[in-house]
Amino acid sequence: MPPRFESIPAAGDALASVGYIADPGIASVVYLADRLGKPVLVEGPAGTGKTQLAKSVAEAVGARLIRLQCYEGLDEAKALYEWNYKKQLLRIQAERQTAPGDGTGGTAWSDIEDDLFSEEFLLPRPLLEAIRAVDPVVLLIDEVDRVEVETEALLLEILSDYQVSIPELGTVVATQVPLVFLTSNNTRDLSEALKRRCLFLHVDYPDLEREKAIVAAKVEGITDELIDQVARIVRTIRQLDLRKPPSVSETIDWARTLVLLGIGSVDAQTTTETLNLLLKYQSDIDKATRELASSRSS
Amino acid sequence: MLDVLTDFVVALRRSGLPVSLTEHLDAAQAVSQVPLEDRAALKATLSATLVKQASHLPAFDTTFEVYFALRGGRHEPGGAEAFGDPLDLELDLDLRPPGDEGPDGGRLAGEGIDDADAFTRALLAALLAGDDELLARLADMAVGRFAGIEPGRPVGGSYYLFRVLRHLELDGVVERLMAAARGQAEQWSELDERLARDEAQLRVQRLRREIEAEIRRRLVADRGADAMARTLRQPLPEDVDFMHAGPAEMAELRKALGPLTRKLAARMAERRRHRRRGQLDFRSTIRHSLSTGGVPADPRFRHTRPAKPEIFVVADVSGSVAAFARFTLQLVHAISGQFSKVRSFVFIDGIDEVTWCFEQADDLDEAVGLVNGADVVWADGHSDYGHALEGFADRWATDVGARTTVLVLGDARNNYHASGAGGAGRRAPAGQGRPLAQPGAPQLLGHRRFDHRRVRPPHRRRP
Repeated sequence: MPPRFESIPAAGDALASVGYIADPGIASVVYLADRLGKPVLVEGPAGTGKTQLAKSVAEAVGARLIRLQCYEGLDEAKALYEWNYKKQLLRIQAERQTAPGDGTGGTAWSDIEDDLFSEEFLLPRPLLEAIRAVDPVVLLIDEVDRVEVETEALLLEILSDYQVSIPELGTVVATQVPLVFLTSNNTRDLSEALKRRCLFLHVDYPDLEREKAIVAAKVEGITDELIDQVARIVRTIRQLDLRKPPSVSETIDWARTLVLLGIGSVDAQTTTETLNLLLKYQSDIDKATRELASSRSS
Repeated sequence: MLDVLTDFVVALRRSGLPVSLTEHLDAAQAVSQVPLEDRAALKATLSATLVKQASHLPAFDTTFEVYFALRGGRHEPGGAEAFGDPLDLELDLDLRPPGDEGPDGGRLAGEGIDDADAFTRALLAALLAGDDELLARLADMAVGRFAGIEPGRPVGGSYYLFRVLRHLELDGVVERLMAAARGQAEQWSELDERLARDEAQLRVQRLRREIEAEIRRRLVADRGADAMARTLRQPLPEDVDFMHAGPAEMAELRKALGPLTRKLAARMAERRRHRRRGQLDFRSTIRHSLSTGGVPADPRFRHTRPAKPEIFVVADVSGSVAAFARFTLQLVHAISGQFSKVRSFVFIDGIDEVTWCFEQADDLDEAVGLVNGADVVWADGHSDYGHALEGFADRWATDVGARTTVLVLGDARNNYHASGAGGAGRRAPAGQGRPLAQPGAPQLLGHRRFDHRRVRPPHRRRP
């Protein structure tokens, strides 16, 4: 299979063309994931574009995105595959009707059994779907830290060998190596086995230049002056010791609001009036208001 | 390259990062896929394959800087000489239009200048323009000129850093950058002031980092990477010795505390859900047995009520253990949702309740600030467990019930005072127990140790 990206800058450009501004670190890891055929574990604070990275990569390479949203209690039947129990029942009943009165039916039964556990009666769930896909796919396993440790083990076979073992059917091996992204909000430590199989990417809040580029790409009709102000104010607010610092998505929301309100230039008053878009805790808002009003940094 | 990589992995392991053999192999394979002359890509590659935890990234960065300082960077071994005579560069800078340098430019241009002055001017220009490339070259020159690095001399990088910074006087630079920014703007508000200050401070920090990096590069060239990696090794956040942590390390720990409490709460909630089964619910079982013809095939159980203990934290806040006590108070209050009631007391030789501090203050730092105002000194300001615990027993013993856990935190150094254990134990017999958290290593505790075994209830004195 031909590589999806020519070089690291090419990977960055491809992402930029679909509106995802990647820093060199992100571009390198995406490039490596393609070249080495390894999954990427993306970790970082909420709202820094972890999920968006997978979506953008899918868009950039023209692949279908298959998403598995993880939650507590996710099991094999929801993640991997399930037998279509109702259809199997129908199949058995149909057999009885065609051969009425045949109580013994030894040969017929083994035929039925082979038939019952064939691909026709298999309901593929996201992981199996990604493995069996013949068209290019990107698999996104979102918030993998939410599943229990036991369920995490389900992923290991897929992530290292790109195959799924189904006891009744045998092993399904991927026809092509899909790009796999796992995201984690770090609510618990993932197992060593899982981490070892992945490339690790830590996505932090962007630096000033990258944030400006992101705002420019995402917010329509914004002036350069406003972009500069927004990015600098957000940077200052992030330096405060807050419960939840503003993330990139909140910066974008804020910039959009300012544009909608027709504000061309931000001053201290507009900032404090619209702070609730950036910060989600009242104590944070109070603190930021106090800090922005005083010119000396703490 | 493979040899360098192996050395690098060994250095990472020495600073405590768990790098497995598979990860080493992955890194070797990955390195062959990226252009080696691209230093940023190389760094991203190695960190993606070798580091699997965000808190290990700073340690990785330091080691990377040491091992790949001379390879593939801007600088060839030999540093400043590659740029020719530093004075040429300055002449070059003098040709910049004075307007670039803000209001200070006019004054500086006219005077006869000695070298240091010219250098400061060049530095200001670079900082003001935000020109990173120029800044890096100036840092290089500054180190060459002011650090006076002597080959083979076994001093750490911070000694040279101090020497360079003393010459540059960076404190004044922030003010001058601010003045320049103020001069350029048409309107100037408080907000602008604040933003400009942050910007100026960030730029000065960048300069500082450049100087540090340059010193490191030269020291590596002098002594070799292995020796430098040993000198510069920083403990990982989880390995920091609590009693000896510096302010920067404490800040790191505080930052780690937020997610930690969230993780702890998530785990406790999960465990509670999994142990859902309590006593057999007889009525419900019978009701459900109707569908199986009266056979109780599907036993039903009551939900257990989550055990939410009351917790009383009694913390020694005298100098020797203050950091530990604060840390624990913060931790307990951060997970206070898991307890039915949390009350905090602090003592040195007197005792005071500080629960209100945590209720009033929005964030923990503020609360800890309030705690410092508590009335805890009775006689001489040295820990006196006996008097403090007796005070606790006098005033709050009636609040201690069967569901209460009293947690006494301290290093049990009682400074030759009487322990008063009998009194405390006798008057609060209902408490579940009083574990004594001792953060200090045994060798830290001298003969002044307080005998905590005597505090365990119920201690009845035999007549």
